[in-house]
Amino acid sequence: MKELIRKLVESVGPSGYEHIVRDVVKDEVAPFADELRVDALGNLIVRKGVRKENGLRVMLSAHMDEIGIIATHIDENGFIRFTMVGGVFPRNCPGGRVRFMNGVQGVIGTERTESVDKAYMIEQLFIDVGASSRADCPVKVGDVAAFDRPMLDLGNRLVAKAMDDRISVAAQIETLRRLSDTPHEVYFVFSVQEEVGLRGATAAAYGVDPDVGIAVDITMTGDTPRGMKMEVALGKGPAIKVRDGRMLSDPRLIRHMVETAEKAGIPYQLEVLEGGTTDASVIQLTRAGVPAGCVSIPCRYVHSPSEMVDIRDVQHAVRLLLEILSNPIPL
Amino acid sequence: MKPKQQSVTRLPLIGARQVALLEKLSNACAVSGDEGEVRRIVQDELKSVADEMKHDALGNLLVIRKARTESFLKVMIAAHMDEVGFMIVDKEEGGLFRFEMVGGVSKSHLAGKAVWVGTKHHYGVIGAKAIHLISPEELKSPISLENLRIDMGPGGSDHARVGDRATFATTFRRVGPSLIGKALDNRLGVATLIELVKHAPMHIELQAAFTVQEEIGARGASVAAYALQPDLAIALDSTPAYDLPDWDGQENTRYNTRLGFGPAIYVADAGTISDPRLISFLVATAEQYRIPYQIRQPGGGGTDAGAIHRSRAGVPSVSVSIPGRYAHTPAGLCRISDWRHTLALLYHALQDITPSILETERRMP
Amino acid sequence: MIELTPFLKKLLGLPGLSAYETPVREAIAETWQPLVDELMVSRVGSLHGLKRGVAPEPRPRLLLAAHMDAVGLMVSGIVEGFLRITEVGGVDNRILPGQLVTVHGQRDLPGVVVQPPDFLLPLEQRGKPVRREFLLVDVGLTPDEVGKLIRVGDPVSFAQQPFELPGEALVGHSLDNRASVAALTVCLDELQHMVCGWDVWAVATAQEEETFLGAYTSPFDIRPNMALVVDVTHAKGPGGNDYRTYGLGKGVVLGWGPNIHPGLHKAVKELAERLEVPFQIEPMPRHSGTDAYAIQITAEGIPCMVLSIPLRYMHTPVELVSLKDIYRTGHLLAEFIARLKPDFIQKVTWEEPS
Repeated sequence: MKELIRKLVESVGPSGYEHIVRDVVKDEVAPFADELRVDALGNLIVRKGVRKENGLRVMLSAHMDEIGIIATHIDENGFIRFTMVGGVFPRNCPGGRVRFMNGVQGVIGTERTESVDKAYMIEQLFIDVGASSRADCPVKVGDVAAFDRPMLDLGNRLVAKAMDDRISVAAQIETLRRLSDTPHEVYFVFSVQEEVGLRGATAAAYGVDPDVGIAVDITMTGDTPRGMKMEVALGKGPAIKVRDGRMLSDPRLIRHMVETAEKAGIPYQLEVLEGGTTDASVIQLTRAGVPAGCVSIPCRYVHSPSEMVDIRDVQHAVRLLLEILSNPIPL
Repeated sequence: MKPKQQSVTRLPLIGARQVALLEKLSNACAVSGDEGEVRRIVQDELKSVADEMKHDALGNLLVIRKARTESFLKVMIAAHMDEVGFMIVDKEEGGLFRFEMVGGVSKSHLAGKAVWVGTKHHYGVIGAKAIHLISPEELKSPISLENLRIDMGPGGSDHARVGDRATFATTFRRVGPSLIGKALDNRLGVATLIELVKHAPMHIELQAAFTVQEEIGARGASVAAYALQPDLAIALDSTPAYDLPDWDGQENTRYNTRLGFGPAIYVADAGTISDPRLISFLVATAEQYRIPYQIRQPGGGGTDAGAIHRSRAGVPSVSVSIPGRYAHTPAGLCRISDWRHTLALLYHALQDITPSILETERRMP
Repeated sequence: MIELTPFLKKLLGLPGLSAYETPVREAIAETWQPLVDELMVSRVGSLHGLKRGVAPEPRPRLLLAAHMDAVGLMVSGIVEGFLRITEVGGVDNRILPGQLVTVHGQRDLPGVVVQPPDFLLPLEQRGKPVRREFLLVDVGLTPDEVGKLIRVGDPVSFAQQPFELPGEALVGHSLDNRASVAALTVCLDELQHMVCGWDVWAVATAQEEETFLGAYTSPFDIRPNMALVVDVTHAKGPGGNDYRTYGLGKGVVLGWGPNIHPGLHKAVKELAERLEVPFQIEPMPRHSGTDAYAIQITAEGIPCMVLSIPLRYMHTPVELVSLKDIYRTGHLLAEFIARLKPDFIQKVTWEEPS
């Protein structure tokens, strides 16, 4: 699975421009899919399974997009001013490297400020792609780029940009591959534009019209020095989400996921996240309502170019999803 | 996607008649939630050319020009009728009324202005304390909304009621190549959409949505899109031009759009990341017909597209705006040439668009 | 004729946090059962009660909505047997220290919210209202027992029991919005003796305090022709007396603004005048902050009206209302519904009444 993860995290796909990632995912899932389509916003929707008597229409969602930047102005010396796509922290930018959709690479530089201790504002940053004037700059206003880092394999721990949410995309692909016997009609949605407001999942959920929705996303942890106070930690298993900044999971689903994990001997954690949300929060609001929950993969340093996950958490997450999908879901 | 055919009908122009209609629209008062005055003007203009025209539960005016061909694209164009303004929230002694803002009115532009209140456009003022009575310290702080009232005059208690809306009292005028008026955001879009409906091509179903409550969250657009179920959508709006000189002569790098550079095509704002297929179609159309255009600087702001593209199972969308300075203040300013070029771009785009535009899945060309 | 005060006090004694509404939903269902023709639970936990009308098909549908969920807290962590908490819905931290609560773990456990002494808090907190991340809940059990009985994610509700005050006032922790549920119940009760043309869908919505989940989803299912939403608004009282507050016991508050259909507002107001039901007008310049915000933009759009009951100390465990206002609201609703002709909605236009 590490090779699949590497391929995914090292692709460029900021919100709105996910097609490179989508092509990678399509190649991986095509041999295992019963049906495959791309909707109006670019979501990839893959069906597996036929609904049996005791089955439901289940929608899973992991988002393909990552946070990034978009060029707002090319100055007369070829430097590029930019703004964010999704929740980029300016403090993570200086000295960082980016890669545009057209392959051009560059580095983020900073204006001079009164003191080196002050945090930068985005207006004080720019990108240098090695151009010397507006005319010879290979980037134009509106071009998008993602952060550029190769994946780092530390054994059990993997570090890369876009672990949010390519790690879940990988987990979802793996689940799709290994799912053999299910009473459910399962829609594996690889969604777009989550980082800018859960837009892809809003449309995908309306189109799929599921009976139950489960997002697969990352969540933060409370296990780093003087970090946020939170019970979730790396290496303790996937987290079953109880609530986050914009959603309360359906208690029946929480209970079922907990029972499933305990019965199958899968380690798990319970997650309360203050701030941040996932596709599940909009799936829930679709049409006449959809009971929804989320299986979260714990992740450190979220929205930085070096997000860290534990591969064992990912493997347990896949096991948990397979257990849930292979059995009836009582609602 | 290259436009398939050359246009066959006549390009609509911006002449005296169009400017007079814009004048009527700009002088009308239609604060979000109270769009009736503009709605009636649009109805009057289009009732003889519409195939279908109806209001919905929020007050949107939906106008359809049906296709005259077998198979056709359903193209929705949304232009919002509402403007930012005020609502009277409390009546005090002697003709004074407390008010709150509706939509993003610029707070620093309130004091010392005349306003029109209610359906009869009664005059009032948002007065400011005389400078003689202000300490040097006070002059340094912004005037707080707490201390501002709409004054209808000592005998004006009956000229306003709690719940009435109010707007800046700005009368539209033409000044050389420019137009000055209130609510150019988005009466420019409304006026343009009226012309597009009058010159609609035969091979598409044109769904002209004159929407409500855009300024308070694209509320009207979301239900309009749900009802119309378009194949694709264009939000037609007006966007700020901050093309003023920098205070110390540096390059202005955050102008958003510039006056005189033509219609502004959106790549991304805070509410929508435009569909790349539609962006490249509009750019190709502009280049083919030699229409000047600009790319609006990505970042903040929003249009009706923000609600439309998320409707049902998703709608490919893009926004096009006429640049205007000083939006959300008493006096906006735009160039007639930008208006003319925006109309031309959209006219040709509608004439030349075909279903093949949605053949490939959403990706950069 | 239902007994309003016992019913309301029963509701106020039950927990029912957003997403965890089951206890209060069951109590409401029990009381609504004899008052409606059909009762069902939506996919996400809202309660739908249908009272069929007598007009010929296609019969128009009215949605009558009041949210049943309450604000509260949730366990976000456990440290040395003490519980860390997060909020469900908007809670003012400053009313938390010393509050009696119930922790809904493996069983219901009484507890109290505690503010640690200064020397156990960061320096910058001294002398200021303590941020919720530093407050704890003490349930009086050993860390071992806590580990067995309580987990992260368990809901925590306010334990304040309801009581009456002179002047026909009632105090309780979730009068926002159970007072409105009571008003709906008064309405359904009165409708027993009236003939209605329209179908009435009485809906106790879920999760208004968090996501408007019930308000976005129930109307999609029901597709009503119009909706009347009942919620609470701020009554004049200590610390709040300006134009945004309304007299306690002085009548139903009728909303006005872009979230409200002006024709509907006019019809309700005119009826209140005719019936001499005291009322006050609440301008809502941008949005109503109620379920109507979601309902209005469901599907093709639904005309909405908001009726509010004045309430003091909103989102604290000692909310206070006048029972008179609840009766007035329920009565006005019943009278309005009974008089609805089948073609009412076609006659109600968006043009603002001058």
